[in-house]
Amino acid sequence: MTNISIIDSLKKTHILELLKDGKRLDGRSFEQSRELSIDVGVIPKAEGSARARLGDTEVVAGVKVQPERPFPDTGDQGMLICTAEILPIAHPTAETGPPTPDVIELARVTDRGIRESKMLDMKQLVLEKDKSVIGIFCDNAVTDHDGNLFDVCSYATTAAINSCKLPKYEMKDDAPVKIEGEFIDPPISTLPVSVTMIRIGDYILVDPNMDEWSCLDARITITTNSDGNIVALQKGGSDGFTYEQLTKCANISIEVGSKIREIIKTATQGSN
Amino acid sequence: MGGRDTDIVLLDENGIRSDGRKVNETRKVTIKAGVLKNANGSAYIEFGDNKILVGVYGPRDVHPKHMSDTNTGILRCRYHMTPFSVGERKNPAPSRREIEISKVIKEALEPALMLKQFPRTAVDVYMEILQADGGTRCAALTGASVALADAGIPMRDLVAGCAAGKAADTVILDVNNEEDQAGQADLPIGYMPNLEKITLLQLDGILTTDEYQKCLELGIDGCKQVYEIQKKALQEKYFAVGENEK
Repeated sequence: MTNISIIDSLKKTHILELLKDGKRLDGRSFEQSRELSIDVGVIPKAEGSARARLGDTEVVAGVKVQPERPFPDTGDQGMLICTAEILPIAHPTAETGPPTPDVIELARVTDRGIRESKMLDMKQLVLEKDKSVIGIFCDNAVTDHDGNLFDVCSYATTAAINSCKLPKYEMKDDAPVKIEGEFIDPPISTLPVSVTMIRIGDYILVDPNMDEWSCLDARITITTNSDGNIVALQKGGSDGFTYEQLTKCANISIEVGSKIREIIKTATQGSN
Repeated sequence: MGGRDTDIVLLDENGIRSDGRKVNETRKVTIKAGVLKNANGSAYIEFGDNKILVGVYGPRDVHPKHMSDTNTGILRCRYHMTPFSVGERKNPAPSRREIEISKVIKEALEPALMLKQFPRTAVDVYMEILQADGGTRCAALTGASVALADAGIPMRDLVAGCAAGKAADTVILDVNNEEDQAGQADLPIGYMPNLEKITLLQLDGILTTDEYQKCLELGIDGCKQVYEIQKKALQEKYFAVGENEK
């Protein structure tokens, strides 16, 4: 994601000049994220789905639910797997083929935010201990790329899972059988929301677009839960942060995150 | 964080952890610089029960050539676990986890290196986890810094790695494997003590902002302790017998 566009040095100089005056290229304040719109239920064949658009970055997330044999060490819990991929329609430099380290990181950070927040009570997703559990798979497809994929994938995933309906299963002769037409709500305990910030010089910017992203010194993605606690972190970029900057970023992530959580709540209301 | 509920006591009533450490104590760290003959720089690190060998090659020609940069040298990192490093045999092919860790370590080392002096070249860092026991990314990062210094690559500072975390509702330093599996949070940190910059930071597990601050402070303190051991390892190789008065 770093080498997605060779921003011309003029634009970079311009961005840096604006920052000195406290301005951003698109007129936002430093701690303001782009406009977020979320539609849920956009893919009726999926048990849950959401289209999230943050500025000009767009992701479609779909949840599929199916019974799985549990991993040997977690036979008392359901299965949760989140992935992400950048579709070739999303950007001229996006390519098909095996995932690059950037895309692997995107998928793993998205997964970690949901998993570590304990958004879903996995203990409630067991059909028969050590034999059969409910597997929840949330796959993110980036359809339009204008920077900050981490956050859009986080919002789409949270919205899709929060609005999904789980088919009901019963065990018959040691095998899970779907009960047609019966659904239950997923066991949701919290809504994780990530906020990505970049540092350019001494400035911290929330939700960078692609132009800003290509000038970053360092970035950090902080995921918070409904209680305002931090549940996951990922630093990236070829430079570091000071302790004071990290404290500031944590506070911003909680503040900005709570606003975004309200948007997700509103978007998913009624569907669940 | 993952895994099943276990009945291991992570912290007893005297504040002693399952491996006998206090909450603010790191495991025993030993580092030896210059352990490989062929590599330009190398280090062997034992971080508790973690055993890691790091080799550095370069600056050297870049293959494939299209990866080379005319403005600067590039850094390439490979974090790899040997199949016998963990309880159940690990498939030797690089996993998604290893690819992510390689990237995170690369981005943690880059701020320390001055590669602008070597345009069109690559510095390759190979970290082989011979035995893993929790906190391998911090240990590998620590060893890699020493190996890079041993290779004579110009550096602004060494990067020291140490994790902080939370187990049994208590903030602890240097999370081991048991505490990682059954604990509540793991926050690996990479830190350049002279420049006071954090270059590696990840977290999984739930922390309040207070606990996050405490973990950061404790982790930075751990990194500073590790830093002293890194410097000692380099001194032992380069200022051995005769060169020092003592």
